[in-house]
Amino acid sequence: MTKVLDPTAGRIAEGLQPAARPSSLEGKTVALLDISKPRGNVFLDQLQADLESQGVQVKRFTKPTFAKPAPVDLRHEIATSCDAVIEALAD
Amino acid sequence: MTGVSPLPAILSTVEGVTVEVSTAPIQSGLVAVVKRDCPTCELVAPLLRQIAGSATPLAVYVQDDPGFPDLGSDSPIDDTSLDFSYHNDIETVPTLIELRDGHEVRRTVGWSRADWQEYTADAALGEDLPASRPGCGSMSVDPMIADELEARFNGSILKSRRVEFAAMEDDFEAAFDRGWTDGLPVVPATEVRVLRMLAGTTRDPGEIVATVPPNLVEVTVEQVAINAVMAGCKPEYLPVVLAAVEAACTDEFNMHGLLATTYFSGPVIVVNGPIAARIGMNSEGNVFGQGNRANMTIGRALQLVVRNLGGGAPGEVDMAMHGSPGKLSFCFAEREHDSPFNSLAESRGFDPGESTVTLFAGQGPTPIVDQLSRNPESLVRSFAAIMRAAHHPKLVIGFDSMLVISPEHGRIFAEAGWDRARLDAELRKLLTIPGTEVIRGAGDIDEGLPVDFAESDLPKHRDNGMPIIHAGGDAGLFSSLISGWVGGSMGSELVTRRIET
Repeated sequence: MTKVLDPTAGRIAEGLQPAARPSSLEGKTVALLDISKPRGNVFLDQLQADLESQGVQVKRFTKPTFAKPAPVDLRHEIATSCDAVIEALAD
Repeated sequence: MTGVSPLPAILSTVEGVTVEVSTAPIQSGLVAVVKRDCPTCELVAPLLRQIAGSATPLAVYVQDDPGFPDLGSDSPIDDTSLDFSYHNDIETVPTLIELRDGHEVRRTVGWSRADWQEYTADAALGEDLPASRPGCGSMSVDPMIADELEARFNGSILKSRRVEFAAMEDDFEAAFDRGWTDGLPVVPATEVRVLRMLAGTTRDPGEIVATVPPNLVEVTVEQVAINAVMAGCKPEYLPVVLAAVEAACTDEFNMHGLLATTYFSGPVIVVNGPIAARIGMNSEGNVFGQGNRANMTIGRALQLVVRNLGGGAPGEVDMAMHGSPGKLSFCFAEREHDSPFNSLAESRGFDPGESTVTLFAGQGPTPIVDQLSRNPESLVRSFAAIMRAAHHPKLVIGFDSMLVISPEHGRIFAEAGWDRARLDAELRKLLTIPGTEVIRGAGDIDEGLPVDFAESDLPKHRDNGMPIIHAGGDAGLFSSLISGWVGGSMGSELVTRRIET
């Protein structure tokens, strides 16, 4: 019976619950996050038009680069000023 | 030989529990350590019996045969576990130690008539024996078992959780089953192997090396050593692995983004300085290929650290679309001894005598074939033509590239007196591209830069985005381009770290 040392960090993934989903977007503010991939803005422009036509307030945000996680200040600003966020991931 | 621990009470830690494993039965007098399989011990055996019968208190520890030597009415003490020998730094048998009040006063190794007579205060002891005889090696320092003893008695310094495979489990399959491998078998990281690996560094096993993405786990020297064992590293590679982990886990290198991207790249490790030759790294023929243990396992160890400790596995946080075979290990040394240029490390401000790792976010090598150019003006144009095409001929500034020049191509620059700065400047001149060629739609290709750039002349590479290295075998009029990922603060910056001991 071979005994080895655990090569992992030995941590158990924390079970995270997603935030509660709003039942309606009426009167809410939605963040649209562009991660700076090409043409993400095309998708978000369309979304913005659709949402605004339904009377939803929209705020646009942009990550400095798609290659790194969103800066903590940006995440904080979205979390404190908006009710929901839609992220445009790819090209 | 040290002053040695207080002799009588010997404590040992086995399986994390401290137990008293042996106690010398005397506080003052003589302690001898012997083994039967030693002619010098056989020689002194009658003298030990003689001392046992005298007024001098004596304890005799035997390493191999509890019935040896015959002490008359006394018995030797069984040290076949080698507990006593290990904890008292016995390197030679016989060793004769003088004790006073439980502490060692002095010791003598082998047979020395003068010493033994002095220790026993018996001027006639062994007078018919030769003046001296060298002893034999103590079993506790036998290379075949020294590591095992180290693990048994010193294993408690290892803090990682122990995982015991089931009796019917195959060691190698067990590692696959637990998700610990990169798709190739790994070496089982037993206590013996990890302790041996840790001997490759002077750093404390508990010292934090880096915070490894994507899970941002602070990892210790010990945890890196475990993964280095699994990758197949020798202990002397460990300082290089530690430096590579440190370099990878900087904000500048951005291992998190490099891991998570759909792009091809992984860390490419370039080693400079004297350590490369010392640990037998390859900088010459087949430099990017198989066959050299250090090259293959150092890069692999870094990737296993990211996978096993950082939590970055393919298909999970690693979202590479094609990936690259270099993500198993892409590590090599620069061929410095006959390079036409100063080394990569020197170009980055380090001294030639220093050993360093430099990490570059790149993927597999692309060949540059030019077998006809015999002057640098022609050859540099071949380089530029291939470098222009990297990633896409119309994409500029964003992506980095590493140029690896072969000895036969390098000689052409050396003979013409071109140094690194000259080559860099000439390449940049050739790789300055009119905006009209790279804007969207140019050449009937949609890919490209926004039309606003039409009036500008644009550099293919940003500053620092085109490192140049000398490596490869003696023959072959080829060089290589290792195309990189997004460069600089938008992606990954080249990072160099000094390799410590």
